[in-house]
Amino acid sequence: MDVQHNLPNIVESILFGAGRPMRLSEIKTLLGSQNMDVDLPSIKIALNSLEERYDKSAIEIKEVASGFRLQIKDEYGDCLYPLWNDTSNRLSKAFMETVSIIAYKQPVTRGDIEDIRGVSVSTQIIRSLLDREWIKVSGYRDVPGRPALYETTKTFLNDLNLKSINDLPPLPEALPAEQALGQLEAG
Amino acid sequence: MKSQEQLEFPLFKGEALTQLPEDLFIPPEALEIYLEDFSGPMDVLLYLIQKKDIDILELDLSEITDQYIQYIELMDALKIELAADYLVMAATLAQIKSRMLIPQSEDEEEEGDPRSELIRRLQEYQRYKSASESISNLPRLDRDFFLATSALPKFKEQQPSVEIDAHELAAIFHEASTRPKFSAHHEIHFEELSTQDRIALILSILNKRNVIQFFQTYQKKEGKQGVVVSLLASLDLAKDGHVELIQNKDSNQLYLKSTNRGLH
Repeated sequence: MDVQHNLPNIVESILFGAGRPMRLSEIKTLLGSQNMDVDLPSIKIALNSLEERYDKSAIEIKEVASGFRLQIKDEYGDCLYPLWNDTSNRLSKAFMETVSIIAYKQPVTRGDIEDIRGVSVSTQIIRSLLDREWIKVSGYRDVPGRPALYETTKTFLNDLNLKSINDLPPLPEALPAEQALGQLEAG
Repeated sequence: MKSQEQLEFPLFKGEALTQLPEDLFIPPEALEIYLEDFSGPMDVLLYLIQKKDIDILELDLSEITDQYIQYIELMDALKIELAADYLVMAATLAQIKSRMLIPQSEDEEEEGDPRSELIRRLQEYQRYKSASESISNLPRLDRDFFLATSALPKFKEQQPSVEIDAHELAAIFHEASTRPKFSAHHEIHFEELSTQDRIALILSILNKRNVIQFFQTYQKKEGKQGVVVSLLASLDLAKDGHVELIQNKDSNQLYLKSTNRGLH
C-alpha cells in the first residue's frame, strides 16, 4: 500500500475507529507500530485534506483538548437527539455550579467550593464528577486534614468541544469591594 | 438543538415553570418542584433579589430577610429536606438585620456596614452562578453534538446469571435459619480480690514476724491480680508508714519490714 498516497484514508480510518480524540503523535506511533513511517506534518496535511473532503458532508474534524476527533456537525445534532435521547445528560444546577467553580479556581478543595456556594458540597456530586472524569484529585492542600484538591480534566474540555481551559467563557467581573462599599454608603 | 433552559426548568402541566406564579393559588406540587431547583441558600437569596429587580448593592435587608424566612418555612412545610446551610443563612440575615436596627456607636461604625460581607459573598456567588450557566449552555457531547465513530461500543461486563430453583432456595433458607449459633455469650467472672483485705492480711502476718518477702503476700493461684493487689497493698502500707519496702541491690527480692507503727 502506498502509505503517503493513502494517508488521508488511513488517518480517516483511525479517527473513525478510535471514537476518541487522537493526537498527531498518537497517530504517528500507531502507524509506526505497523511499519508505516510517517512524519507529523504529513499527518496534519492528511487531516487538512480530510477536512476539505468533509466540507459538504455531515461530519467534521474537531480539535479538542486531547487531539483530533470526528464528530457529526452541530446542525445535525437535532436529528440525532431523539435517537439517542439520554436523560442522564441532564445535569443539575448544583452539579454545574460545582464544576464551574473547580474550572475557574482550580485547584480547589470542597471547602473552597462551599465558601462560594454557601451550601455543603454533596459527596454524590463530587463522585459523579469523578465518574464522568470531568474532575480529578490533583493533590492535597498542606493544611490540617489535608483536604483533596480538585481540578478539571481534558475529558471535561473534550466533552464541551474546547481545546483549552482558556476557551471557557470568561468569568464575569464582580464590582470591586471598595466601589461596592462606596455605593452602600452613598445609598 | 435543545437549549439548557428547556432542559433544566421543571415542567408543570406541560409548561416550563420559569418563574414563580404571582397569583394567589400556587399548586403546592409546582412550588415543591421549583424550590427543589434551588442549588442552595445563596441561590434562593439571589432569586429573591432578582425578583425584586434590584441591585445587590441596594439590598433592603429587612424585606429580603422576611421573604427568605417565609421561603424556608414553606420548604419546611413541604417537607423538603432543609439543609442546615439554609438555616445558617437565615441566622446570618437575622443577625445583620438586627445590627442594622440598633443605633451604632462610633466604634461599631468603624467595623463597616454589616451587609458588606454578605454582599461580597453574593457578588462572588453570582459570578460563578452566571459562569456556570454559560458553561451549561456550551454545546455538550451527547447532548448537543455527537461523535462520528465506528469504535466498538464499551460492553458492560457480563454478570454470570445465578441459576437456582425454588427448592434449592428453600433448602438454603432452612439451613441458614437452623444453623447453630456459634457465637454464644458467656460472662467472665472476675475473682474479686480486695486491697483492703490484703492490707489486713499483710498486717496480721507482720504482727507475728517482723519481715516478710513480697512473694509470700500472694498465692500463685491468684495470678496477676494477686500480685497487683499485693503490690497496691504494700504501697499503701508504705505510704502510711506501716511498713518499709526494702530491696537489696544484689537481690531481686522485695521485703516488707514492719515499722511497728499503728499495729495492734
